[in-house]
Amino acid sequence: MTKAHRSLLGLLFASLSLSPAFADGLSDITERGVLKVAVPQDFPPFGSVGPDLKPRGLDIDTAQLLADKLAVKLELTPVNSTNRIPFLTTGKVDLVISSLGKNPEREQVIDFSSAYAPFYLGVFGPQDATVAALDDLVGKTISVTRGAVEDIELSKVAPKGATLKRFEDNNSTIAAYLSGQVDLIASGNVVMAAIAERNPQRVPVMKLNLKNSPAYIGLNKQQPALLGKVNEILASAKRDGSLEALSQKWLKQPLPADL
Amino acid sequence: MAYQFDFVPVLDNADLLLQGALFTLGLTAVGTLLGVGLGIVGAVLRAWRIRPFDRLFGLYVELIRNTPFIVQLFFIFFGLPALGVRLSEWEAALLAMVINLGAYSTEIIRAGILAIPQGQLEAAAALALSRFESFRYVVLRPALAKVWPALSSQIIIVMLGSAVCSQIATEELSFAANFIQSRNFRAFETYLVTTLLYLVMAILIRQLLAWLGRRYVMGGR
Repeated sequence: MTKAHRSLLGLLFASLSLSPAFADGLSDITERGVLKVAVPQDFPPFGSVGPDLKPRGLDIDTAQLLADKLAVKLELTPVNSTNRIPFLTTGKVDLVISSLGKNPEREQVIDFSSAYAPFYLGVFGPQDATVAALDDLVGKTISVTRGAVEDIELSKVAPKGATLKRFEDNNSTIAAYLSGQVDLIASGNVVMAAIAERNPQRVPVMKLNLKNSPAYIGLNKQQPALLGKVNEILASAKRDGSLEALSQKWLKQPLPADL
Repeated sequence: MAYQFDFVPVLDNADLLLQGALFTLGLTAVGTLLGVGLGIVGAVLRAWRIRPFDRLFGLYVELIRNTPFIVQLFFIFFGLPALGVRLSEWEAALLAMVINLGAYSTEIIRAGILAIPQGQLEAAAALALSRFESFRYVVLRPALAKVWPALSSQIIIVMLGSAVCSQIATEELSFAANFIQSRNFRAFETYLVTTLLYLVMAILIRQLLAWLGRRYVMGGR
């Protein structure tokens, strides 16, 4: 096979993988007057079904913010973590706002906006606990959900004298912390927000950061106009404090300065 | 074949499994001693209607036998701290096992005591046995001999039931299995090895109890 053949084949496959034609996502949206967004339905506080059976959460509010700025109507599609990218690549939605983290595998398939919400794993504890470095964990007990990313990360870096108590699920991990059976809890900031909702007077504060994986908006590849517009809206929302307000409302924590 | 079986990642963690198995056996041994002891006390109080303790034990038996073990365990571990009673995970597991076995063995041993013919006690009195001698040789030993197989089964059930103690991070055999499985994702291999370990442990305990029964409980007859 010659070089020319190979590149022709390559072009063919490239066009196949981008099956529906995306001429320009942004003009499609404004002409249609509707922004179609995939949001989570089972991942509070990013997205869940409220008591009124309507979706609610940080991702839904972010989608609404974008729709308002684009001056179009918003149409939500509930997705889960497995089907959210296929919904985007098959053209069923314009954007995925579904607490999506960025990684190289995903970057081969879709594009990402700038980050819109913090998502991190850390060790949390009571306000008065003095934990500033990993070595301060010596002599402390930390509850963590067995097999979760935070368990793997903390197990790698925890010093010898720290005791990890591994529980079956998030609820037991939280209960162990709230009942005082352990000193600290390793989890995500999302879980802390869940505690804040249920037990506001014992909200653990972050002591150590284990892993940062902020949430991004996912878009189809090769849509510079849409990507530019989304980033522009996010940047102005960061400036005028509306993203900060969303973070306070749903995550009960300020937006990190480095986001 | 779609699935490639690989036991190496499990056998690499053999030390964790053995540690877990030993912990389960230790919990069961101490739990059995204390639990059956509690059961003997409860059985005598209930069989001989010693008030008010017979009523109290009756309440305790109904409460424990009609609620799930895991709920009892969670109450002790997650609930009691609210009252200022904070037990570590192995203390909570042991306490839950003792309380649970105590209730079941109260009823099992009580059945044995009630099955002793009245004439046997009268014979003991006629032979001028002391109260303690008559309790030990005429009541307790024949009663235990009658219910020994049922009691042995209950002890095995408690040993197998201790698997749920992994839910409060007690590092027994099931905890070790779940831990290994959460790291290597070899569910089939991990749980197959764990199943076999439990089976071997149950058979060993059954043999040991049968031997103890022949040697110390039924031998005296």
